[in-house]
Amino acid sequence: MSLATRSLPRTIGAHAVLLTYTAIALFPVILVIMNSFKSRAGIFGAPLTPPTPKTFDLIGYTTVIGQGDFLHYFQNSLVVTVASLFFVLLFGAMAAFALSEYRFRGNTMMGLYLALGIMIPIRLGTVAILQLMVASGLVNTLTALILVYTAQGLPLAIFILSEFMKQVSDDLKNAGRIDGLSEYTIFFRLVLPLVRPSMATVAVFTMIPIWNDLWFPLILAPSEETKTVTLGAQLFLGQFVTNWNAILAALSLAILPVLILYVIFSRQLIRGITSGAVK
Amino acid sequence: MAAQTRPKRPIRWHIGVFLAPAVLVYTAIMILPLAGTLQLSLFRNIEQHQVFVGFDNFRTLFGDPNWSVNFWNALRNNVWFFIIHMLVQNPIGVLLAALLSSPRLRFAAFYRTAIFVPTILSFVIVGFAWKLILSPIWGVAPHLLDFVGLKSLFTPWLGKEQYALTALSLVSVWQFIGIPMMLIYAALLSIPDEVIEAAECDGVTGMAQFWKIKLPLILPSIGIISILTFVGNFNAFDLIYTAQGALAGPNYSTDILGTFLYRAFFGFQLQVGDPNMGAAIATMMFLIILAGVCVYLFLVQTRLRRYQF
Repeated sequence: MSLATRSLPRTIGAHAVLLTYTAIALFPVILVIMNSFKSRAGIFGAPLTPPTPKTFDLIGYTTVIGQGDFLHYFQNSLVVTVASLFFVLLFGAMAAFALSEYRFRGNTMMGLYLALGIMIPIRLGTVAILQLMVASGLVNTLTALILVYTAQGLPLAIFILSEFMKQVSDDLKNAGRIDGLSEYTIFFRLVLPLVRPSMATVAVFTMIPIWNDLWFPLILAPSEETKTVTLGAQLFLGQFVTNWNAILAALSLAILPVLILYVIFSRQLIRGITSGAVK
Repeated sequence: MAAQTRPKRPIRWHIGVFLAPAVLVYTAIMILPLAGTLQLSLFRNIEQHQVFVGFDNFRTLFGDPNWSVNFWNALRNNVWFFIIHMLVQNPIGVLLAALLSSPRLRFAAFYRTAIFVPTILSFVIVGFAWKLILSPIWGVAPHLLDFVGLKSLFTPWLGKEQYALTALSLVSVWQFIGIPMMLIYAALLSIPDEVIEAAECDGVTGMAQFWKIKLPLILPSIGIISILTFVGNFNAFDLIYTAQGALAGPNYSTDILGTFLYRAFFGFQLQVGDPNMGAAIATMMFLIILAGVCVYLFLVQTRLRRYQF
């Protein structure tokens, strides 16, 4: 690289801008987590300082755990996310394999048809989705959410996975065919293991919007039994508007699991994005 | 589909089997309800019966002041919401990506990970956390402004009609900046070294290199983030709902199409929910998004040259 791109002022400038923005990005998160461990006086007296022995207080957390049924909401979110993810990955990979492996009439049309959903948000069909769920008795069940999220995740999953499946070597698959493997065995035994890294990328992309969605839980499954953690947090926050300890603790509890998962999977996610999967 | 392939070549059943689950779920839960919603917008519930009324719902939406005032207000707000994203989110995203991709930058992985954090958080968290920070009761925002000597600028932004929408748009920008940053970053990384070296041999370096060499090469990615932003913005709902409630206060100043659809569909306070009017609004949103996607596909994408390396 030339000297110009490595000059000291330029590097310092780059770090200054990036550091400033990192601070802006992390500040609210740190602020909320920090203050959730403080007493009420500490929260209002010195919002910008970390908890000291004097201001340290877990009252917020005890309120939240005592009041809200968070563990149950958490379990609902987990069931919905894992189940939808499973179906998106399985059905998506199967369809992507069919589209990328076989030539048949209507292949391109089918690809376009399935890609429509990438651009047109499923939310616009909510009115009819609700009618459908009412008609089939699925309102206030987790099944309704799983179905909707599966449909929502499929278009992008198929699009990304078929790009990757095209790269799997034909020789390998043909070798399998000569050895008498069925098409199903070729898919499950040969191709799926090879595209596992891209499956992980799709999984992360699919998971985040499902876990964070508020619209469909609010409309399709608002009952106490089926509340997801996002909806639960929303309603809980509404109830405790004046109890700042509880609010901050609830926010922290909602942030932490996602943050931990993100730190674990961030490599995978970023590699997925930068590998050109969504270019 | 299975039906098409079956008669000619009975051997290739497996194509149908592979495609069927995805196509069935996608068609049943996504395409049919979408079509159903478009159809519902042409009907009206009269004495418990769905009666075909043609475009009457749309006439109500545009003609009846009870609806049209809200609709145009929501649309205007939504356009402003989008403009802020285009003017703030995407340029900052490009800037961050350009800095991140500079060669041998230390801590690049850390910056990347940290700046993407807000994007993975749910709207509920983001909306509430910012509501607390901007709240005059807590005083974090005035406190911070005091550091830089600008305390006099502070007002309760979310509570004032003229500022609330802009403030919320900026919160949304804060949340989603990671996406343009990552996509542009990926595009910048994929520019081959030879191109950059050739530019340097010709003495094109630094800023000039960015404007003349890199920017034209990442234009397709900028096109993609623009259309993603467009679709995302005209479909937004959650942030406004969590921060300001379904009424999108103060005095509807933060009302966008998503919250308007929610109120029309489910009703609020004194107004009874009306699925048909909800469907009419969803249809308008569909047409707006479709128009945006078509403009992108037929006007923008075909003009942008894709460079194959």
